[in-house]
Amino acid sequence: MTKNPVRRFNWTPGLIVGIVLLGAMALVGIIAPFLLSDSANALGDRSLPPSAEHLLGTDQSGHDMFARSLVATRLTLMMTLGATAIAVLIGIVIGTSVWLLPRRGREISLRVIDTMVAFPGLLLALVVAAILGAGAIPAVIAIGFAGIPTFARLTANLAAQVSQREYVSTARLLGVGDRRIVTDHMLPNMAEPLFVLAASNFAQSLTAISALSFVGLGVQSPQYDYGKLLNEALPSLLAGRPEQTVGPAVLIVITGLAAMLLGDGLAAAADPRAGRRTASLGIRRSATGAAASSASVSGDAMVVVDNLVISTTAGKPLVKGISFHINRGEIVGIVGESGSGKSLTAMSVARLLPEGLDATANSMGLDNLDLLGRVDPKVLAQTLSLIYQDPGSTFNPALKMGTQLTEVLRTHRGQSRSVARKTILEALRRVRMTLPEKRMGQHPHELSGGMRQRAMIAAAMATSPSLIIADEPTTALDVTVQAEILREIKRLNRDFSTAVMFISHDIGVVKALCDRVLVMNGGEIVEEIDAKLLTVENATHPYTKALLAATPSVTERLAELPVLDWRTAAAEQAATAKEEEVAR
Amino acid sequence: MTTSTSVAVAPGGDQPASAPRQTARRSPWLDFAARRFGGLVGTFAVLVVLSFLIVQLIPGDPAVALAGSDATTTEIELLRTRLGLDLPLWQQFLNFVTNLLQGDLGTSFQYNQPVATIIGNRLPFTAYIALVGIVVVLVVAIPLGMFIGVQTRGGRKRWLDTLFGAITGFLDSVPGYVMATIMVILFALGIGLLPLFPPAYSVRVGSAAFILPIAALVIGPICTISRVVRRETGVVLENDYIRTARGWRLSTVVLYLKYALPNLLTTTLTLSGLILSGMLGGALIIESVFALPGLGTGIIKAILDRDFPVIQGMVLVLGMIAALVNLLVDILLGLIDSRTLGAQHD
Repeated sequence: MTKNPVRRFNWTPGLIVGIVLLGAMALVGIIAPFLLSDSANALGDRSLPPSAEHLLGTDQSGHDMFARSLVATRLTLMMTLGATAIAVLIGIVIGTSVWLLPRRGREISLRVIDTMVAFPGLLLALVVAAILGAGAIPAVIAIGFAGIPTFARLTANLAAQVSQREYVSTARLLGVGDRRIVTDHMLPNMAEPLFVLAASNFAQSLTAISALSFVGLGVQSPQYDYGKLLNEALPSLLAGRPEQTVGPAVLIVITGLAAMLLGDGLAAAADPRAGRRTASLGIRRSATGAAASSASVSGDAMVVVDNLVISTTAGKPLVKGISFHINRGEIVGIVGESGSGKSLTAMSVARLLPEGLDATANSMGLDNLDLLGRVDPKVLAQTLSLIYQDPGSTFNPALKMGTQLTEVLRTHRGQSRSVARKTILEALRRVRMTLPEKRMGQHPHELSGGMRQRAMIAAAMATSPSLIIADEPTTALDVTVQAEILREIKRLNRDFSTAVMFISHDIGVVKALCDRVLVMNGGEIVEEIDAKLLTVENATHPYTKALLAATPSVTERLAELPVLDWRTAAAEQAATAKEEEVAR
Repeated sequence: MTTSTSVAVAPGGDQPASAPRQTARRSPWLDFAARRFGGLVGTFAVLVVLSFLIVQLIPGDPAVALAGSDATTTEIELLRTRLGLDLPLWQQFLNFVTNLLQGDLGTSFQYNQPVATIIGNRLPFTAYIALVGIVVVLVVAIPLGMFIGVQTRGGRKRWLDTLFGAITGFLDSVPGYVMATIMVILFALGIGLLPLFPPAYSVRVGSAAFILPIAALVIGPICTISRVVRRETGVVLENDYIRTARGWRLSTVVLYLKYALPNLLTTTLTLSGLILSGMLGGALIIESVFALPGLGTGIIKAILDRDFPVIQGMVLVLGMIAALVNLLVDILLGLIDSRTLGAQHD
């Protein structure tokens, strides 16, 4: 919070190569016509093979191909720039002004632009070429026009994003005129992505203009660009002398590549996610824990975790050596604020840690499974079920609910489609899903969030697992649905004595549901307490007290909620403890 | 394009998502068919107007331009009456549309042959290389991109990622007609490799003549689309529902083919629909290299000859092919994920 998040510009090798290459081509375009025009236009012996005098040989009129290729750079680049300018400028004007139209007009305009975008650009260019005839200027206009719809569409997309930002609506409310909104508020914020798009448009225009010249619709003799040179080289290519094509072909590729590298490089440089990735290694057994691993599994414990450490591969610790157990049939709540490591802890028990994390533990056991060793997926899938936080994204949008819900039963229990279907239907009825048969045939997006979460619970209980991990299962739901989902989980626990690991940041919910509570903060378990004893008076750690004190209850008025500075209290408590220790 | 992925953001409460419910009783395909048929008719209407305007928009007096630079005044006036250019604009358009609806695309200035016959002779060549090209692109690019995406997920095997990016990036920046030239050098002239294929089309060589044009046509789009697929694979694999599927401990094959691929295809096809219909444009240019007597060489020759009836007819036919390719992509999308049927194109 102290430092402004300055986005670092990401100089990728591709971007540097792109800039250097494009700069070099621009330089060639400026200089070559001055130095080489004479030798490019001088007539010598015809169709010579490459030699020291003519590096790329001569064409069928006796021109030196090396000089001609370099001289052609200027006209090619100028035409490409012209076409890009037409596409970009008109595209921006159309793309932004569409956004100022009333809603109905905007929708119609966008639909028209979409239809044009779907029309191949080259065909549009051919139409323009047909009207204006063959030639350099018509080719520039044709390719420029062909590029307008795409650029207008992309600008409109950007404008849509920008116009929804707060400063634009604020400006609107303040009565700033439409044109000022576009020039002062929208365009500056779109400049960066527009530049990236312009670079890629340049690359496409280069290819397209050269294509028109190549088929004879662009530059006409005696002028020549890359495409025209390639066109002139075609007869000799088919006659078995490919040398003549080398110059223009190589230069088209280099220039196109440079523009593409520049565009991609700029896009990557502007992407804050770039260069962030690291590999994950899974959970390893820590060196010290190897001997003690089996000793700690004792009595009624169903889950045993001993000294679990999770850190990013860069070394930043996220979970700092926690140990806990969950007994059979017990509901254990883990509370803490976001980032306290509670979800990571749960996901490491489920062996579903995200990529880019490094985890070690002395021992980790679930039922009879050693979670640090090889685990049979068949056994694990039936021992452990999961209920996730956001029911909106946990189901695959492309598959029907029935297919997904019966997946575990069919894959791991070898049940037939119809048997699995019956099991799931029964489970759906148990969680009081309305019209369960119909739901099986629907896609996830046709169900509400509460119904999806119920379906998830039904799937979770269908395998009669020994442990259910529920990672904030009600956070995304509204309060009435939340209560029903919690009741479902409680019933499951009571009827089948399934152990539940319940993750939440809501201490009130945890208190009502769980037998025992682990309070996590900063990657550590700061307190373990019986849920019945979870009150400000009984809690020992200041963070727990703060958490409890900040939980509103109906008997309290909102103004009376204390804002407790628990960190100072924790420091004081630690200091006292140290003093006592010293005194002893 | 990109916004169409946000179609079904579910509300948090117990309220069912409303939009799909309204159409739940009727098959979404019915709505889709009705809407897209309307779209095709609309596209056809726009193409008719566009091809009609080609002659009208010729700078200056169209009759003077069409008659050529050395025509006499009487010749120009004769041409004007013959083409009906002396009639009022609305009447010209009406005649154009009436003829069109009777299947009469006019007569070529150059060959004195019905335009419909010329197009009928040339269409199979273009349609063949464009359609086979599209199929080849999809069949190669999707598995390739997915394989690389799975191999490099979450930052694994960075060298493979870099290598793949460099090779596809380079090949992608080689235009189709330059690729065609390279193909001719390598495989037809046999410089460095064997002369396996004929460099130019003739009736004698038959279907072997199509291999190099299709290869030249597909390499660029394969690179572009496999890059899209690679990126989308990375995105899809980070989704919650993939974690759900992992939580169900499914096998790798089921996980990737059943849970990742369909979602991958939706975004991929949405993003690459334009690339696929753009391949039609690429095919037009590549025909020139191999002297294929298709619509591409036909329309280019017609433009150079200022043979306007042929140009108008070919613009119409090519435009409709492009529209059909787009429709085909959307039907594929609908088969994979029925949600996209209801999606508007915005």
